[in-house]
Amino acid sequence: MTATKTPHADPAERKTTYREALREALRDALRADDRVFLMGEDVGRYGGCFGVSLGLLEEFGPDRIRDTPLSESAFVGAGIGAALGGLRPIVEIMTVNFSLLALDQILNNAATLLHMSGGQLPVPIVIRMTTGAGRQLGAQHSHSLEGWYAHIPGLRVLAPATIADARHLLAPALADPDPVLIFEHGGLYNTSGDLPADAGPVGLGQAAVRRPGTDVSLITYGGSLPKALTAADELAGGGISAEVVDLRSLRPLDDATISDSVARTHHAVVVDEAWRSGSLSAEISARLTEHNFYDLDAPVERVCSAEVPMPYARRLEEAALPQPGTIVAAARRAVGDAPDDGRAD
Amino acid sequence: MAEFTMPSLGADMDEGVLQEWLVAPGDRVGKGDAVAVVETDKAAIEVECFTSGTVGRLLVEPGTRVPVGTPLALIDTAQAPAAQAAEKPTAEARAPGARTTRTRGTGGAGAARKGRAETPAGRAAVHARVRAPKAAAVPEGLPAPEPTEKAAPPPPSAPPSPPPAPAPPSPPSAAGEPAAAVGPLVRHLADGLGVDLGSVHGSGPGGRVTRADVAQAARPAPARRRVTPYARRLARDLGVDLEGVHGTGDGGAVRAADVRAAARAAQAAPERSRPAVPVRARDGGHVPAAEAAAVSGEGARDDGRQREDAMRRAIGELMSRSKREIPHYYLSTVIDLAPAQEWMHRRNRGRPPSARLVTAALLLKAAALAAREVPQLNGHWQDGAFTPGTGVHLGVAVSLRGGGLLTPVIHDADTLTPEDLMATLKDLVRRARQGRLRGSELSGATLTVTSLGEQGVEAVFGVIHPPQVALVGFGAVVERPWAVGGLLGVHPVVTATLSGDHRATDGAIGARYLTAVDRLLHEPGDMPGSTIEERE
Repeated sequence: MTATKTPHADPAERKTTYREALREALRDALRADDRVFLMGEDVGRYGGCFGVSLGLLEEFGPDRIRDTPLSESAFVGAGIGAALGGLRPIVEIMTVNFSLLALDQILNNAATLLHMSGGQLPVPIVIRMTTGAGRQLGAQHSHSLEGWYAHIPGLRVLAPATIADARHLLAPALADPDPVLIFEHGGLYNTSGDLPADAGPVGLGQAAVRRPGTDVSLITYGGSLPKALTAADELAGGGISAEVVDLRSLRPLDDATISDSVARTHHAVVVDEAWRSGSLSAEISARLTEHNFYDLDAPVERVCSAEVPMPYARRLEEAALPQPGTIVAAARRAVGDAPDDGRAD
Repeated sequence: MAEFTMPSLGADMDEGVLQEWLVAPGDRVGKGDAVAVVETDKAAIEVECFTSGTVGRLLVEPGTRVPVGTPLALIDTAQAPAAQAAEKPTAEARAPGARTTRTRGTGGAGAARKGRAETPAGRAAVHARVRAPKAAAVPEGLPAPEPTEKAAPPPPSAPPSPPPAPAPPSPPSAAGEPAAAVGPLVRHLADGLGVDLGSVHGSGPGGRVTRADVAQAARPAPARRRVTPYARRLARDLGVDLEGVHGTGDGGAVRAADVRAAARAAQAAPERSRPAVPVRARDGGHVPAAEAAAVSGEGARDDGRQREDAMRRAIGELMSRSKREIPHYYLSTVIDLAPAQEWMHRRNRGRPPSARLVTAALLLKAAALAAREVPQLNGHWQDGAFTPGTGVHLGVAVSLRGGGLLTPVIHDADTLTPEDLMATLKDLVRRARQGRLRGSELSGATLTVTSLGEQGVEAVFGVIHPPQVALVGFGAVVERPWAVGGLLGVHPVVTATLSGDHRATDGAIGARYLTAVDRLLHEPGDMPGSTIEERE
């Protein structure tokens, strides 16, 4: 074995983007296992709607990088069939909004067959899709519905928020015998940063503390993580030490990490780009009440999107979404450091 | 602003229940005034305040169990008017009628009794009424309390006795209210505060409405305090009473930071206010961050039983500690009491029976004087060394009729005349059995005397009360054949014993002590303080 020289000679880390990291992960997976293939709308010739699979068709050929008709139900169903047949399909859906067309396949087949077959029919499919707003794509391309999928037993739901996770969550997802949904926030694709060379596969179902702190836990995931980190910086300037917890896995939730953090900080802010009613943020808040009631020194705060279809107009969209400023305000309320912020109550 | 804290009323006391406030915000109090009734494992005790000033806020509700050292009230030592007390809702609730100002000039042990004599009879009656059920609950078959200066209340166990000429109850209450269950004072208080007695939940025995219930009902429906769960937990862990904590959170919610601030404030204070007990018994470091658990009024019925259990436990702990830590040695001698009784007989001549000296007083006197002569036995063993007492403060073991034991203290017993000793002893025993001792009367003993003579046994080898280093025992005075100067006669004799702490003294010292007791009882007339005939 000879080590081939890569253009990135720095052994410690190298500059990359979230998108490239995803592509690297796909390339790795395709190389590592012949049963792995990618399919979805425009993943081949066009290189993926968000450019994730650019160049893979050329490298792996049309058998393994397959463009599909515009029918989510059909190609997700085909993917489930391929998984049942022994392959390891990676299915890309353009956005979570469109995944609703395949919801029947995901919920009624992928999530249930193992259970209904008495353990005989595992469905080892990986379904990737884009989620989230912030890019003026309008209500039908911008919602965060991953919480709905996190509701469904039988699925694993992942939300890589960092370059390292984009690079390293795919392999364990493929290795998992259950259907795994990976939500890539559209606002993260262009994120650039260093990929630590020592970053390796991460265990599924583990949250990560992205920034340790002592006064308040900002619990978030996906596209809201950078905002929460920005908010934590701002809070630090005001003397509040915020801990930022990245859920990474929306199902199952890593109760231990969440609970442990709040047990230390006694104040919790859940940041979730989804709507708040009946949401993942509601679930986390409920679990905090269940597990951490006697640790809480303030009501759990939530920062979510306005309960409207995501507006197209830029300023309206910004106003509808969680922002570092609103996260900071919520954290201050939780810690009891709020200058009168004019809340109506 | 000084803090009045839960005192330690003995080495074995970790916590106590604030049973009743004897003062209200705004009252002037002087050093030595009784300000609250504290219920320990052993007894209900009136606790004196050691600063003079104006009562500010009351921090602890009656019925709350708190650890020793917990601030109970704030006392404004400046001459400021008590205006700020009005901020507190409880102050309003107590209403003008309840806000009598009592100033007692005298301090010391007798102050409470004097003070009580001075207070309006009505108030005294309330005291008696409030506390009497407790005494009744103790199944010790108290003899009818000796007639005292107090207005004797109707027996609490006899609810049917109709209140004499009560003010008619406030109209709306009449319906479901068993009139007999409400005393006239409670009625009066309810009228004054505009409280509908029918709607008051009675927490006394048999659901009787007590004064505290009325005061509670008069409170403007105290909004439930907003306290975060964590703050509650923290308060419990730190022993902070949330009642006194100022909330800075949303809508005045008490948050963890507020509790911590209160805990810090409380920590700074107890060191100063500890001297609430003059000679603090060694605490052995066993005051844990006990939980402040509220005792519900419902428990009042089982009170006697609970107190007995608690007392048993307390005695058990103390005695176990004694036997665990103290290497006891025991000495015994039989003392001829013929000269003492002869002397007493002469001295009692012409006195009414109630004023006559009894042998017990003489024995105490001798025990106290002997302790002065042999100071190595009079004091405390603390941190591996003996600290002599600053005076001879005799603890006297008093057995309670329902079981259990109290050791009230006769301070400076060596300086009292036998008559004074006897009077003090009588008073202490009576009040001990009524559960009405004051804090200073239960602490600071330097040597304990136990007498089981009344029970007919001839000798008692007692267990030393830590941190003291000796315990003196007297058995029954019995007639025995006794040889004096080669002649056999029948003499009254008593067996005196000494249990000594071998860490502090050796048997020789103990022997000197018993010999001194023997000598003193042989020449009772020579005992200092025993020659008052000249003055009479």
